[in-house]
Amino acid sequence: MAVRLFRGGVHPPDRKEATASQAVARAPLPERIVLPMSQHLGAPCQPLVAKGDRVSRGQVVGSVDAMISAPVHSPVSGEVVDVAKALTPSGARVMCVHIHPDADQDLATFVPIDAAADDVAAIARAAGVVGLGGAAFPTSVKLVPPKRSPIDTLILNGCECEPFLTCDHRVMIESADAVVAGAARIASAVGAKRVVVGVEDNKPDALEALRKAVSEAGADIETVGLPTRYPQGAEKQLIFALTGRVVPQGQLPSSVGVLVHNVGTAVAIHEAVASRKPLMERVVTVAGAVAQPGNFLVLLGTPISDLIEAAGGLVGDVGRIVAGGPMTGQSLASLDVPVVKGTSGVVVLTAEESAPHVDGDQPCIRCGRCVEACPMDLHPFAIASHADRRMWFGVERFHGLDCIECGCCSYVCPTRRPLVQLIKSGKSALMVKGVKR
Amino acid sequence: MSDRSSPAGVAASHVVGPAPHIAAPLSCRHIMLWVIAALAPAALWAIGNMGAPAIVTFGVGIGSCVLTEFAWNALLKRTQTIGDMSAVVTGMLLAMSVPPRTPWWICMVGGIVAIGLAKMLFGGLGFNLFNPALVGRAIVMMSWLGVMSEIKTPAGVPAPGGWFAALSVPASGKLDAINGATRLAIAAADRAGNGGYAYDLAKQYGPLLLRNLEGSLGEVSAGLLILGGLVLLARGIIDWRIPVGYIGSVAALSWAFGSDPIFNVLAGGVLLGAFFMATDYVTSPITRNGRLVFGIGCGVFNIVTRFFGPMPETTTFAILFMNGLAPLIDRMFMPKPFGYLRPAKAVKADA
Ligand code: SF4
Ligand code: SF4
Repeated sequence: MAVRLFRGGVHPPDRKEATASQAVARAPLPERIVLPMSQHLGAPCQPLVAKGDRVSRGQVVGSVDAMISAPVHSPVSGEVVDVAKALTPSGARVMCVHIHPDADQDLATFVPIDAAADDVAAIARAAGVVGLGGAAFPTSVKLVPPKRSPIDTLILNGCECEPFLTCDHRVMIESADAVVAGAARIASAVGAKRVVVGVEDNKPDALEALRKAVSEAGADIETVGLPTRYPQGAEKQLIFALTGRVVPQGQLPSSVGVLVHNVGTAVAIHEAVASRKPLMERVVTVAGAVAQPGNFLVLLGTPISDLIEAAGGLVGDVGRIVAGGPMTGQSLASLDVPVVKGTSGVVVLTAEESAPHVDGDQPCIRCGRCVEACPMDLHPFAIASHADRRMWFGVERFHGLDCIECGCCSYVCPTRRPLVQLIKSGKSALMVKGVKR
Repeated sequence: MSDRSSPAGVAASHVVGPAPHIAAPLSCRHIMLWVIAALAPAALWAIGNMGAPAIVTFGVGIGSCVLTEFAWNALLKRTQTIGDMSAVVTGMLLAMSVPPRTPWWICMVGGIVAIGLAKMLFGGLGFNLFNPALVGRAIVMMSWLGVMSEIKTPAGVPAPGGWFAALSVPASGKLDAINGATRLAIAAADRAGNGGYAYDLAKQYGPLLLRNLEGSLGEVSAGLLILGGLVLLARGIIDWRIPVGYIGSVAALSWAFGSDPIFNVLAGGVLLGAFFMATDYVTSPITRNGRLVFGIGCGVFNIVTRFFGPMPETTTFAILFMNGLAPLIDRMFMPKPFGYLRPAKAVKADA
């Protein structure tokens, strides 16, 4: 199959070597689990438990009756010690259920979810599954495609184009069967005839494992190696690479008949359907300036400080500590925040790696690198400079709303203009003003 | 950006800031150092051939540019910017665009004008509309046209021996009457005077590429400029679209006008312009297609004025003219976003 190349993009050093061959290991049981009621895009959940309540593993502790939302399940049996606001990786303080886990845990069992046996969307909803690639959009919503645009192609995203992260890589190797099974379940739920898994070609072993699983399962699934380039895993770029279709401005992939799910999400859906297992844990890469980088199976709500301990602790001069990948993740002010559904990694950058940003504030020299790097063919500097001057009309005129916030523009800028940061501020200002997109 | 140190006491060096958290290693200063390195072979070769006058020209050119920027920032109590090395690049380009025997005070005025008038007055690096080095050169050329046109090839420069001697023929060749003029001026006079081509342009390739002592410091070796330009292209410092558009249109148009395309590319500072001046980020378009159009525009303006204008040496004015058009070109060639107005059609384009 001819793979198409999107224009632009960047090649940051991939830095995956330290963790790519590390099998997933279960992180130690933390002393406290903090479950934010908002770990997804959409309506926050309401806590369903109170201080002093006993909870079991798999029990729903928060939910809400909104279309775009996902319930939260306790990953442990234990006692609710508090229901109070706490800091999350995004930097926001949100309502959280704080649980003290019982000392002896049976992690093999859980309270199964309650949903109709044949409705994958309802199961995904009951299991609290969200996009595990980082965006954390409730999966159930995507499984009910709009009636007017039928889905003919399901794409599984195994690109993992962010540097350092290898959690999807490990999932594809260690749970290839579940990826394939999950893909089949999603495809039949939405009626997709074609199923393609896209994997960047820096992960030949993952492709190999998937191909083996596909042939063993006798499934009709294509596995495609894609050139390694950030952001190959961005939805619109991935759809273009694998189908040649271009998602029109301001529209969803379903408008061109495509549905994209992360490989980890496919596994979560498979587990939810096959064993009625809710989303209570996920694989997280801990990499960078830590003593023993690795991939961990982490109970949601585990403090990131515990996870860093599990990876042997911080080493050297620590600069930024990032939840997620270094291109789009959140820089953490405190390590006393929990792992949430969207936490794909914890990347510890050294002071030196974080240094290029410090000396900034030179003006734009019009070198054009941001224009060259933008995978959406925008003019990042023009959008950013309008946003900087609070000239929101300029943000709109230069198509700021099409920005996918990949960060390529800021990454390449030789004078370190905070382009994507300014563009994001411009986008939110437009949203507030009610500009549709 | 505004990093603040760790509020949670993770580590003294812990910082917080907006994504992305890593950056490509190339900084503005690195870029300028690459340009300096790429110019260095041609500059050193010019000094080697011209000796002391060339050293003075380079020294005064670079010195006056850097000092002007330093003084401007100091007087206005602005953050010092000479560390970005762009003033050094301007100084080098200015020196290379004038003859080696240019009086030192003219060089100095050129440097002050280039940085003070064309750059700092506009707000410094990034805000200037016109290439500072070219503004400096244009103003001193026009102000002291008499002085500048009197400057002759330095007497007594020893010709190198061996195989090299064959290539370093003096410019004038048979046309002794205009001794000391550049090869381009001779070619132009030849065309205007005889309507023919008594002057063998092909014989000029060798000297122009390797050792040409008539003209400005930047014209001593076109070969070394090409080398430097290729280094900048290979390192991704400059975009190929400007030099390719520029050199391509010079070659194509001069051929179309019945002249020798190679001679026209090698002579009159076209290579210095195409690789090092027209590619100045600040004063050229930022959009991909815009850059190609800009490069072609430079070449067309350069050749048309070279053949049909009063003076053949028009590289400076070609680039300055196109600098003025750059913002307009950018507006015309703004890229369309990925997915721009391609509705239902997209579904049919299935692979
Ligand atoms: S403008 Fe947006 S889409 Fe383009 S490179 Fe910057 S962050 Fe990415
Ligand atoms: S990359 Fe930075 S310096 Fe270059 S054009 Fe964009 S904003 Fe300006």
